[in-house]
Amino acid sequence: MMRILLVGNPNVGKSALFSRITGTHIIASNYPGTTVGFTKGFLKLGEDQVQVIDVPGTYTLEPISKAEEVAVEMLKDGDLVIDVVDATNLERNLNLTLQLLKRQIPVIVALNMWDDTHHRGININVGKLEELLGVPVAPTVAVTGQGIKGLIGRLPEAKVPKTTYSGSDERWARIGDIVKQVQSLSHHHHTWYEHLEDASNDHIGGIFIALLVLSASFWFIRFVGEGIISYIAEPLFEWLWTPLLMKLSLVLDSGGFWHNILIGKLINGQIDYSQSFGLLSTGFYIPLGAVLPYIVSFYLVLGMLEDVGYLPRLAILMDTLMHKLGLHGYAIIPTILGFGCNVPGIMATRILESRKERFIAATLISIGIPCAALQAMIIGLVGQHGGQYVAMVYGSLFVSWLIIGFILNHAVRGFSPEILVEIPPYRLPLLRIIAEKLWLRVHGFIKEALPVVLGTVLVINILYAMGIFNSIANVAAPVLTNLLGLPKETIVALVVGFLRKDVAIGMLAPLALTAKQLVVSATVLAMFFPCAATFVILARELGARDTLKAAGIMIAAALTMGGLQNLIL
Amino acid sequence: MAMYPGEQIPLRQMNIGQTGTVIRILGGRGLMLRLEALDIRPGKKVTKISSTFLRGPVTLRVDNTQVAVGFGMANKIIVKIDQFLPGNFAGR
Repeated sequence: MMRILLVGNPNVGKSALFSRITGTHIIASNYPGTTVGFTKGFLKLGEDQVQVIDVPGTYTLEPISKAEEVAVEMLKDGDLVIDVVDATNLERNLNLTLQLLKRQIPVIVALNMWDDTHHRGININVGKLEELLGVPVAPTVAVTGQGIKGLIGRLPEAKVPKTTYSGSDERWARIGDIVKQVQSLSHHHHTWYEHLEDASNDHIGGIFIALLVLSASFWFIRFVGEGIISYIAEPLFEWLWTPLLMKLSLVLDSGGFWHNILIGKLINGQIDYSQSFGLLSTGFYIPLGAVLPYIVSFYLVLGMLEDVGYLPRLAILMDTLMHKLGLHGYAIIPTILGFGCNVPGIMATRILESRKERFIAATLISIGIPCAALQAMIIGLVGQHGGQYVAMVYGSLFVSWLIIGFILNHAVRGFSPEILVEIPPYRLPLLRIIAEKLWLRVHGFIKEALPVVLGTVLVINILYAMGIFNSIANVAAPVLTNLLGLPKETIVALVVGFLRKDVAIGMLAPLALTAKQLVVSATVLAMFFPCAATFVILARELGARDTLKAAGIMIAAALTMGGLQNLIL
Repeated sequence: MAMYPGEQIPLRQMNIGQTGTVIRILGGRGLMLRLEALDIRPGKKVTKISSTFLRGPVTLRVDNTQVAVGFGMANKIIVKIDQFLPGNFAGR
C-alpha cells in the first residue's frame, strides 16, 4: 500500500491536517512536540486506499531530540511526503523543505495556516513559490478544512525536483533568495492577544498570569468535576443503577459466591458504592461515577491550555526551578500531561533531548505526579476528613518530587541541555476542536481503564474468596504497622495499586482508617509503584535496567515519605 | 547598560526591545545546529523580547516566531546592535 508521510516543523498543524485528510481524529495542540510517536490513518485516493502517517515535527533532517529521530527514521519507509509548512514562518520552514527536496521521494507542499498570513500582513505568491521549489504548493487551513480538497487533488502531481545546493550555507542562501521573491510584508495592527503575549513575557506579568491561570484551572477542574458527580453521576447511579442491582441481588438470594462477586457485600441491606466492592457495584462506580467526572473536567481544562498556547510560556517561567532537578522548563509539559494519566506524560518525555533528562522526568512523573483517576479518589476519600488532609498528600508529593529531582540531578550521569523552544502565538481555541479532543481522551479512558478496573475488582473478589490476602497481610504486617502505622489490611490496597490506583484508594474506604492513616496510605499508594500500564510504558521508554532503577527509587521514596508522615503527623 | 549602535554584545546583555544582527555563535557544532534549526544563525536579525529572573531563559523574536533560549545559550549568541533604543519604549 502506498504510504504518505506528513512531515514538517513542530506546531505547524500536521496533526490537524491528518485528522482532516483521514477522518481519524488524533490529539492536536498549540505547542511544539504534541506528537511524539506516529499515527496511521487511511485515505481513499481514486480507487486506491492509501496509508497516511502523522510524523512528529522536526526542524531539520539532522535530528536533535528523540521525537525528531522518529521522524527522520520514518522518512525511509514513505512513498510520498506532504511537507506541511507554516505560511507565517516561511523562511524557517523552507529549511526543512529544501532538505526534503534532496531526498529521492516525491514532495508536495501544504502551505498551512494560510488564514493567519492575511491578518499578519504577509503576502505570498504561491505560483512563484511553486515554480521556484519545483513541486506543487497548496494553501491550506487545516483546522477549518479550507484547501484540503485542493491538496488531495494535487497529490498525484508530487515529484522529486532537481535541487542543487551543497551544504547548509548554500541552502540558507537559496532560501533567502526564494523568500525575497515570493513574500512581501505589509503593515498589520496588533491584535488583543498579541498584547496578551507581551504581558505574559514580562516578569511580573508572567508570574501573575501563571498564578491566575493555575488557580483558575484548579478551581474550574474541582467545580466541574464535583458538579458532574453531584448532579449527573450520583443521581444516575442512585435512580437507575441501584434499583436494577437490588433486583439482581434478590434474584441471587442476597448472598453467596456470585452475589459476592457481582454485587459484593450489602451494607445494612443496601448497596454502598464505596464499600460493597462487587463487579457491578463498586467496579462500575469507581471508573464511571467517581473518576470519569474528573477526567472530563481535567481534560477540558488541559485542552484549552494546550490550544491557547499557554504551556510553553509556563515552561519558560518554570525553567530555573526545573534546572535544579536536572531538567529544563519544557519538561513541565510531560509533567502536566502526567496529571491526566502518567502514560502519555511519560511518552511525552521524548521531547527532551538527553537520556538523563528523560530518566529523571519519567521517574519524577511516576513518583510525584498523581493521575486524574488517583486524584479523583484522593479528593473523594481523603477530602471527607477535610481539605487540609488532601493538601498534606499533595504537599508530600510535591516535596518528594523536588527532593528526588534534586538528588537525581546530582546522582544521574549525563548532561542536561538548556531550553531552546519556539513559543507559539496565542490562538483562540476552536470549540469544535476542544470538544473533539476531549471526546478522544474520555473515550480513551473508558476504553482502556474500564476493563482493567473491572478485571481488578474481579481478581480482588476471587482472591478474597480464596483467602489469599490474609496470608499476604500477615507477611507485610511488620512493615505496615511499625513503619507506616497502618493496619495490616491496607496491604491489599497496596497490592491492588500495581493494577489500578483508583481501585486501590477505593479499597481503603471500608477499612475505617483515621485521617492520618488515610494521608499516609494515599501518599504511599501514589508514590510507591506505577500502575501496570505506566510500568509497561516506563519499560518501553527507559529500557529494563533504568526501569528497575526507577522502581527501586519509587519504593524507597514511598517508604521514607510514609514513615516520615507517620512520625510527624 | 547603555548600548551604542554597532556594539557587539551577547544576546543576554541586550535591552528589552532592542534589535540586532547575529554575528557569531560561540559554541560547538551541536549548538550551532540547534540554533540554526530555529533560524537563529549569523546574519539574522533578532529582537529581544524579554528575560526571566534568576538566570532564566531569554525570549527573542526571529521573523514571525518567538523563541526562548536558555540563559547560557543567550550568552553565546553574539549580536551587533542595530540601532539605539531606550529599553522599555521599544516596539517590536
